[in-house]
Amino acid sequence: MTSRELAAPPDALARANGYEAPPPRVGFFTDTSVCIGCKACEVACKEWNHVPDDGLDLLGMSFDNTGMLGANSWRHVAFVEQQRPLGNQDPGLTGLPTGPSGLDHTSEVVEARLRTAPRGGSELGTTPLPTAPGGGAVQDLGMPTFSRPGEGSGPESRTDFRWLMESDVCKHCTEAGCLDVCPTGALFRTEFGTVVVQQDICNGCGYCVSACPYGVIDRRPGDGRAQKCTLCYDRLHDGGQPACAKACPTESIQFGELDELRERADRRLAELHGQGVPEAQLYGRDPDDGVGGHGALFLLLDQPEVYGLPPAPVVPTRFAPQIWRRVGAAAAAFALAAVGAFGSVVIGDRR
Amino acid sequence: MGPPADAASYYGRPVLKAPVWEWGTAAYLFTGGLAAGTAVVAAGADLVGADRLRRACWLGSFGALLTSVGLLIDDLGRPERFHHMLRVAKPTSPMSMGTWLLTAFGPGVGAAALWELLPVRWRSSWPARLLRRLSRVVGLTSAVTAPGVATYTAALLAQTAVPGWNEVRGELPFVFAGSAAASGGGFGMLAAPPAEARPARVFAAVGAAGELVASRVMEQRMGLIREVYHQGAAGRRRRAAELLTLAGLAGTVLAAGRSRAGAAASGIALLTGSALQRFGIFEAGVASTKDPRYTVVPQRERLDAAARGAGLSG
Repeated sequence: MTSRELAAPPDALARANGYEAPPPRVGFFTDTSVCIGCKACEVACKEWNHVPDDGLDLLGMSFDNTGMLGANSWRHVAFVEQQRPLGNQDPGLTGLPTGPSGLDHTSEVVEARLRTAPRGGSELGTTPLPTAPGGGAVQDLGMPTFSRPGEGSGPESRTDFRWLMESDVCKHCTEAGCLDVCPTGALFRTEFGTVVVQQDICNGCGYCVSACPYGVIDRRPGDGRAQKCTLCYDRLHDGGQPACAKACPTESIQFGELDELRERADRRLAELHGQGVPEAQLYGRDPDDGVGGHGALFLLLDQPEVYGLPPAPVVPTRFAPQIWRRVGAAAAAFALAAVGAFGSVVIGDRR
Repeated sequence: MGPPADAASYYGRPVLKAPVWEWGTAAYLFTGGLAAGTAVVAAGADLVGADRLRRACWLGSFGALLTSVGLLIDDLGRPERFHHMLRVAKPTSPMSMGTWLLTAFGPGVGAAALWELLPVRWRSSWPARLLRRLSRVVGLTSAVTAPGVATYTAALLAQTAVPGWNEVRGELPFVFAGSAAASGGGFGMLAAPPAEARPARVFAAVGAAGELVASRVMEQRMGLIREVYHQGAAGRRRRAAELLTLAGLAGTVLAAGRSRAGAAASGIALLTGSALQRFGIFEAGVASTKDPRYTVVPQRERLDAAARGAGLSG
């Protein structure tokens, strides 16, 4: 821990936003190494927050048929299938029906379908993808099935294979791009240090959608307002914990005070590194990263982009001083051109 | 130089949400610039006594402003709540700053256009004379805020996570300023006789030249996102915009002073070029959100460079 972190009290963010005696900043620590992909978090979130249906679709992304966070999906469980050499040690897979994964095959089909969608597939989590052109010919992607990958084949066709599962959620950034650009004040920083949309204020301008470097917040069709995880603001008021964390059966999703979660994340990372999992890494832990650190940290077992997360996002607000200096210079040039155009006429007439 | 085709992604799914803004916002980039460009031409024409240029440009500015407001409200998810924009003034939000710029800009244009619309037989009455005095003053204040209206939309696009807009943040304000000046001057050339429209021609020519240069510089400095500026609809519109602006610039310098037809043709070329430029840039940004490479590759390169830097120093 740096001295700067030690110096900052756990409620510093709320105090900086004008709260006088706020509770400590809270958040999530999502430890993907113990996620079993049950999607209880997705279901609990939908039920508690009355998040509507985002369309029934079989995407071909392994067991993930949600696809992405969006206006109608505030938790999203990602499923990654990887063929990965496990080294010379006994991988513990003897007798298990492992690999090959269907990833290469499915990715081709999935990606083609994403490319033809109006929003390139980023509408997932909010609306279903339109049916593929050509009347939606049925394509067998082999998923989802009730059998495990490679189960039908003998041991000779087995490959090293692993599944990564990750329950994604709004990061509740220390420097939140969505909050900064909101022109109505609908998005605000709560006393818990989280970021929430006030539904009675939002007029659906859509600026937050493009300002989020994680592709989290979106506008709900038919409703017209921006929607995202509130970190169960209503439950926090009653001293409870968010619905997803409460429902998680493996404590992959842990809720708590952010300071404590950061310590817990550091300990878990050291533990995994000690156990020979060098690829384990924390995501959103560093308060000096491009968004000032997350309120929702993750422990990942591969690079962030493998899970569909940006590897090193920067909040667009950081560029604002530079942008406005250039806008000022351009506006001055525009004014000068106008003055010059009319000035030259006046001078020309006098001659 | 091609990008690494094997940049990791989640089933090729985008990292970002594609903007929810539709064609109305792209069209507003043009109409907002046009309203600002014609307002400064109108105010200038008022000062130098070019009556027909003044009248045409105040009416043009008012029409463009009304269209802009309509387009902006229509693109909201909850149009009936448009006035919630006026609850706060947030320096961190270019949209909030733009709202207040338009609020300062609009009344002057409205008052000036109202006087231009008054029937001639009423103009000598005292309320009309009062309106004329008032509109001259507030019309000039509109001209003072016009440079802000013409350029803030660049901040609106640049201060997003959209790679195609954020990465051109250094040059976009100059492209938009030039585009607004070219369209404002072009409108003056189209609507007023060549004898009066000389300042509009100078303004249009300077704007068009500025836009062409800024657009080229912008393209020189692009990284991976150069692809989205060259491919598909965005690429086609940007190429057409450059040709039309170039043709309009040539026509403005060579023909617009001598013939009304030449002036009108040059004005139309500049207006169309400006509109296509805005649509091209808007669509390039939207396209850049639909492929995860444009988000992941530059970030990964930055991380790798930082790691190499740390390795060297440590």
